[in-house]
Amino acid sequence: MTTLTDPPKESFRLSMLIYDTRYRSMTIQVVAMIGFMILIGWLISNTAQNLQDLGKEPSFRFLSEPAGYDINQRLIDYDNQNTHLRAAVIGLLNTLLVAVMGCVTATILGVIIGVLRLSKNWLIAKLMTIYVETFRNVPVLLWIVFAMAVLIETLPAPRDFRGDNPEATMKVLDTVAVTNRGVYVPEPLFSNSLGDVHLFGASSFRFDISLDLIAFLVALGLGLFVRHKIKTRANRIQEATGVRPTTWYLSLAVVALPVLAVFVALGFHLGYPELKGFNFRGGIHMRNSLIALWLALSLYTAAFIAENVRAGILAISKGQTEAAAALGLRPKRIMSLVILPQALRVIIPPLISQYLNLTKNSSLAIAVGYMDLTGTLMGITLNQTGRELETVLLGMLIYLAISLGISVVMNWYNNRVKLVER
Amino acid sequence: MKKSVFLGALTVAGLAAGAAAAGTLDDVKARGKLNCGVTTGLVGFAAPDANGHWDGFDVGVCRAVAAAVLGDPEAVEFVPTTGKTRFTALASGEVDMLARNTTWTFSRDVDLKFEFVGVNYYDGQGFMVPKELGVSSAKELDGATVCIQTGTTTELNLADFFRANNISYEPVPIETNAEAQQQFLAGACDVYTTDASGLAATRATFENPGNYVVLPEIISKEPLGPLVRHGDNEWGDVVRWTLNALIAGEELGITSANIEELSKGTNNPEINRMLGTEGTLGEMLGLDKDWAKNAIVAGGNYGELFEKNIGESTPIGLARGLNAQWTEGGLLYAPPFR
Amino acid sequence: MSDISFVRTEMLPQQEPPASSVGVIGWMRENLFSGWLNSVLTVISGLFIFSVVGSLLGWAWSPTWSATSLNECREIATGLGHEGHGACWGVIRDRWVQLLFGFYPPESYWRPILAFILLAVALAPVLFSDKVPGKLIYLTAAYPFIMPFLLWGGTIWGALSAAAGFVIGYFVYKAVEKAAGSLAAVISAVVAAVIWWLFLAAPVTGGLTAILPIGVEPVDSRNFGGMMLSITIGVVAIACSLPIGIVLALGRQSDLLIVKSLCVGFIEFIRGVPLITLLFVASTLLNIFMPPGTNFDIIMRVIIMATLFASAYMAEVIRGGLAALPKGQYEGADSLGLNYWQSQRLIIMPQALKISIPGIVSTFIGLFKDTTLVSVIGLLDPLGLSNAIRADSDWNGIVWELYGFIALMFFVFCFSMSRYSMYLERKLRTDHH
Repeated sequence: MTTLTDPPKESFRLSMLIYDTRYRSMTIQVVAMIGFMILIGWLISNTAQNLQDLGKEPSFRFLSEPAGYDINQRLIDYDNQNTHLRAAVIGLLNTLLVAVMGCVTATILGVIIGVLRLSKNWLIAKLMTIYVETFRNVPVLLWIVFAMAVLIETLPAPRDFRGDNPEATMKVLDTVAVTNRGVYVPEPLFSNSLGDVHLFGASSFRFDISLDLIAFLVALGLGLFVRHKIKTRANRIQEATGVRPTTWYLSLAVVALPVLAVFVALGFHLGYPELKGFNFRGGIHMRNSLIALWLALSLYTAAFIAENVRAGILAISKGQTEAAAALGLRPKRIMSLVILPQALRVIIPPLISQYLNLTKNSSLAIAVGYMDLTGTLMGITLNQTGRELETVLLGMLIYLAISLGISVVMNWYNNRVKLVER
Repeated sequence: MKKSVFLGALTVAGLAAGAAAAGTLDDVKARGKLNCGVTTGLVGFAAPDANGHWDGFDVGVCRAVAAAVLGDPEAVEFVPTTGKTRFTALASGEVDMLARNTTWTFSRDVDLKFEFVGVNYYDGQGFMVPKELGVSSAKELDGATVCIQTGTTTELNLADFFRANNISYEPVPIETNAEAQQQFLAGACDVYTTDASGLAATRATFENPGNYVVLPEIISKEPLGPLVRHGDNEWGDVVRWTLNALIAGEELGITSANIEELSKGTNNPEINRMLGTEGTLGEMLGLDKDWAKNAIVAGGNYGELFEKNIGESTPIGLARGLNAQWTEGGLLYAPPFR
Repeated sequence: MSDISFVRTEMLPQQEPPASSVGVIGWMRENLFSGWLNSVLTVISGLFIFSVVGSLLGWAWSPTWSATSLNECREIATGLGHEGHGACWGVIRDRWVQLLFGFYPPESYWRPILAFILLAVALAPVLFSDKVPGKLIYLTAAYPFIMPFLLWGGTIWGALSAAAGFVIGYFVYKAVEKAAGSLAAVISAVVAAVIWWLFLAAPVTGGLTAILPIGVEPVDSRNFGGMMLSITIGVVAIACSLPIGIVLALGRQSDLLIVKSLCVGFIEFIRGVPLITLLFVASTLLNIFMPPGTNFDIIMRVIIMATLFASAYMAEVIRGGLAALPKGQYEGADSLGLNYWQSQRLIIMPQALKISIPGIVSTFIGLFKDTTLVSVIGLLDPLGLSNAIRADSDWNGIVWELYGFIALMFFVFCFSMSRYSMYLERKLRTDHH
C-alpha cells in the first residue's frame, strides 16, 4: 500500500490541491464546508426575507404569554392562565410518560411473544405468527385510531353505571371503574400527609414533589439495602459451608416492615372512584387517549421486538440448549437461565432502535387527542399564536434531545452487558 | 445513479406549479384555475363525493369566485387544509383564498396579516348534550367531559366560558368532526361543543336525532368568512364583491332560474348594474361585465346555496336565523352596487 | 400332537402404529396437547380464535353491498332483525375507487396502473436478476423518466429533455476525458448537464411542444390521493433517497473529518426526530426556507421531506451493507490499483447494495406505512380520505368498514413485500455458502 521510496520532493503547485492525494482530502473538506455554509446561509437569508415579507419577526416571547387552553392530562399542576412554555412542559411530560409505559409493556409482550413463536405448540406458534405479521404490516397510525375506536365503542359509558339496575358495574370488588372515558383505579391517599416541596418557585418549570413519596422511597431503599446485605451474608455462608441459610422471611420482613411503618404513620388509605355528577370522581383516571396510544404503541412495537427476540434466540447455538439439557435443566429454566441471557446481547442493539421508534411514534398522539408535545407546543400553541417556525423548531429540538438521551442510556447499558471479547 | 433525475424532474415540475406574485387576480387568470383552501371534510360545508367532485356551502363560495373571475365554476382546485396548515397555505400563496369555516378575529386579521373579505355564515359556539342527562343550561355542566375540535378558536372560548362561570370540566381534544361524533354518540363525552351550525349538521346525521338537544347558550361570536392575503387589495375586492353579489342577489330576487331573463335588462337599475347591462362595475374590478351573473349562475344566490347545502330541506336542516337577509331580521347586508 | 411348535416360523405382519401417535390424533398429541400447559394454552387460544372469528363473521356477514347510504344500511339491518349490528359494505362499493386513486381523472386510471406495472417490470432485473432477460435493465434506466411522465402527464418532451441532460453530460464527459483527464471531465459534464436543465431544457421543450404536441393530459399532484398517493410518495422518496443514502453512507465511513461529521449530523438529526415533525416542516416551513416567490405544492414538499427522511435510514442500511463486506474486498480493490471511486463503483457498491436489498425493502415498507401520517397535515391518503368520506352526509358515522378496508390494503402490500424480502434474504444467504 505504501510506496517503498518517498515521492520526489516537489515544490507546491496549485494543481496539487486536486491531483495529490495528500492535499486532495483537504480540498474536498474545505469545499464541503464552504458548500455547507453557503447552503445554511442561503436558507437563513431566504427565511429572513420571507418572514420580513410576511411581517413576522422570529421571537420566543409568545412562550411566556398565557396559553388560554386547558389540558386534560396534567402530571403537574397547570391551568389555562399558565404560559405556553408551561403547556409545552406538560406536553413533554405526557410524551415521556407514554413512551416509558410503552417501552416497558412492549418489551414484556415482545419477549413473551417472541418465545411463544418458537413454541412447539403448533396453534400457539401460528397464532403468534399471525399476530406479528398483522401488526407489522399495518401502519401504526391505523392501529392507534383503531384502538381508540375499540375502547370507545365497546366499553360502557359512565351513564351505564347509573340507575337501580345499571348495565355496567365496577370491577374488582367495586374499586375499579372501566369506562369508555378511561379507567379509574383507586389512588393512594395519606391522612397525615407531610405535604409537598415546591421546586423552581413560580417559573414555568415549577413542580411539586410529594414528601410522602420521598418517605416511601427512603423506606423502600433502606429495606432493599438491608436485604442486599442479608443476601451477601447468605452467599458468604453458602460458599463457606455449602448450606444456604433460609432468608426469605427475613428478606421479606426487612423490605415490607419499614414501608408498612411509613404507611401506617402517614395514615395510608385508598381513595376509590365514585360516580358523581357526570363522571367518576376520585381515584386515578387513566384516560382513554392514554390507554389507546399506550396499547397500540406497545402492541405494534411488541411485534417488532418479538421478531428481534426470535432472531436472538435462534442465534444461540443449539449446543447451548443441549448442554443445558444435559445438566438436567428443565426447558423453562433452560430458556430463562441459559438462552435468554445470551440472546439478550444480540437483542439489545435492535431493541434500542425499537425504543427510539416507539418514542417517535408517540408523536402520533394527536390522532387520538392525547396532549403530548405535538399536541400542545406543535398543536394548539402553534394554532393560537401562528408561530410555525419557532414552535416546530423547538419541538424538533426537544424530540432530538429525547432520542439522543435514550441512545446514550441504552448504549451505556449495551456496553455494560456486552460480552467482553478477548 | 440515474434515479437522481427524479429529484431534478420533480423540482422543475414543482417550480412550474406557480409562484405567488403581487397580483393574485392576474395569477389566477393566467393559471386558468382558482386554488381554493377548504376543510378536509365538514358535512354540508365542504366534502368530496364519490367522483371527487367537491360540494358544500364553502365550496359554493369558491365556485362563485371562480365563475366570476374565469367564467367557469369548475375551474377550481380544492386544496384540503387542516386547522394547522390553512394559514400557512394562504400566506405562502399555495391557495388564493380560504373558504374554510374560519372565524374572523382581531389577531388573525391584524397579527397573522390576513384580510377577511366578509362573512358568509354567522355562527356561534354551542353545546350539544344527550336529552337523558336532563341538562337545560350550559351552566349546569360542572364536571362534565367535553369533546372539542382542536385547531380552532373553540378551545379558547370554552376555557373562557368555564372560567367565567367558575365551573370545572374535562376537555377531550379531537382532530376531526367525524371522530368527535363517534365519541359523543358512544358516551365518551357528555357534551360536544363546536360551532352551532356544525352541531346541527352533526345532529342531523344521528340515528336518533331526537335524543340530543342543543343547549340555548351560544358562548361566542363566530363570524365565518372567506379570507385572502393582506396587501393585495384588487384580489380582496374581487372576492369581497363576489360574496356581496351572492348576498345582494338574494335580496334583489336574482336566482339562477330567472337570471337569464333579468340579464336582458330590467327596470331595476341596481340589478342592471350588477348584471352588467348598465355601468362598468365589472371593468372596475378587472373582470368581465357579466362577472356577477356568472357567480350567481354557478350555484345560485346566497339563499339558494344555503338551501341546497345546509338549509332546512337538507338532512342538515339549518334555519336561516342570523343568516337571513337584513330585511327579514338577519344580519346579511350587502353594500349597494353603485 | 407332535408338531406343536412354540417358535414362530413366519414373521407377523407389521402392526399399524397406535392410533394415538399417527395421523390427525398423533399430530395433535405431538403439536397441541404435549403437556398440561400446552393443552391449556391450546384450549384457551382455540376459544379465543373461535370467539374472535365468530363475532367478526357475524359482523361482516351483512348483505349491504348495494346500500347507498348509512341509513339504508340501517334499514336493511333492521329488516333482517339484527339491529345496530352488521357491517355496511355499501361505503366500500361506493368509494373503493376513490380510496385507490383519489381524485385522479377516471379516464386516466390506466396511467397510474401502467406506471406501477412498469415499476414491477423495471425492478425485476434488480430483484430477480436470475430469472429475467438482462435487456430489461434498459427499461430500469428509462423508468425514472417514464414514471413522472405517466403520473403527472404533460408533454413527452419534458421527460425527454430531462433525460437528454444525462446524455449530454455523458458525451461531454467522453469528449473532455480524452483532452483533460477524468476529474475535469466529470466537472464539465455536471456543469453542462446543469446548464442544460436550468437554461436550455425549458425553451427546447417549449419549442418542441409547439411543433409536435405529443403528450397526455397533465394531472396536478393535488389530485393524487388514496393508495396511489401513498405508493407514489413511497416509491419516489425511496428512489430518490437511494443515491443520497449512498453518498451519506460513504461520507459517514470516510476519514475526512468535516465530511464525516456533516453526514453523521444529518443522519442523526433526521433519525432523532419523528416523521410527523418533518411533515410539519413540509406543510408549514418549507416555503419559508425557499427563496421568496417559489411555491411547491404540498405533495412535492412532502415528497422532499420524505426523501430526506428515507435517505437517513437508507444511509444506515447501506452502511450495514458496507460493514458486512469482508475486508478482503477493500484490500483486493486497493491491490488492483483502483482509486477510491473506481473501487467503490466496480467492487464495493455492487456487492454492498446487493447485501442491503432486504434492508432497503424493509425501509421501503416502513416508509410506505408511514405515508399514512400525511393525513395529519391534510393530504387525502387513504386515512385522510376516510375522514373526507365520513364528512359526506350519506356516510357520516361509518367507522370499521373503512378502517378495515384500508388496513387490508396496507396489509396486502406490506405483507407481500416482506415475504419477498425474506425470500431474498434466504437466497442471499445460500449464495455465501
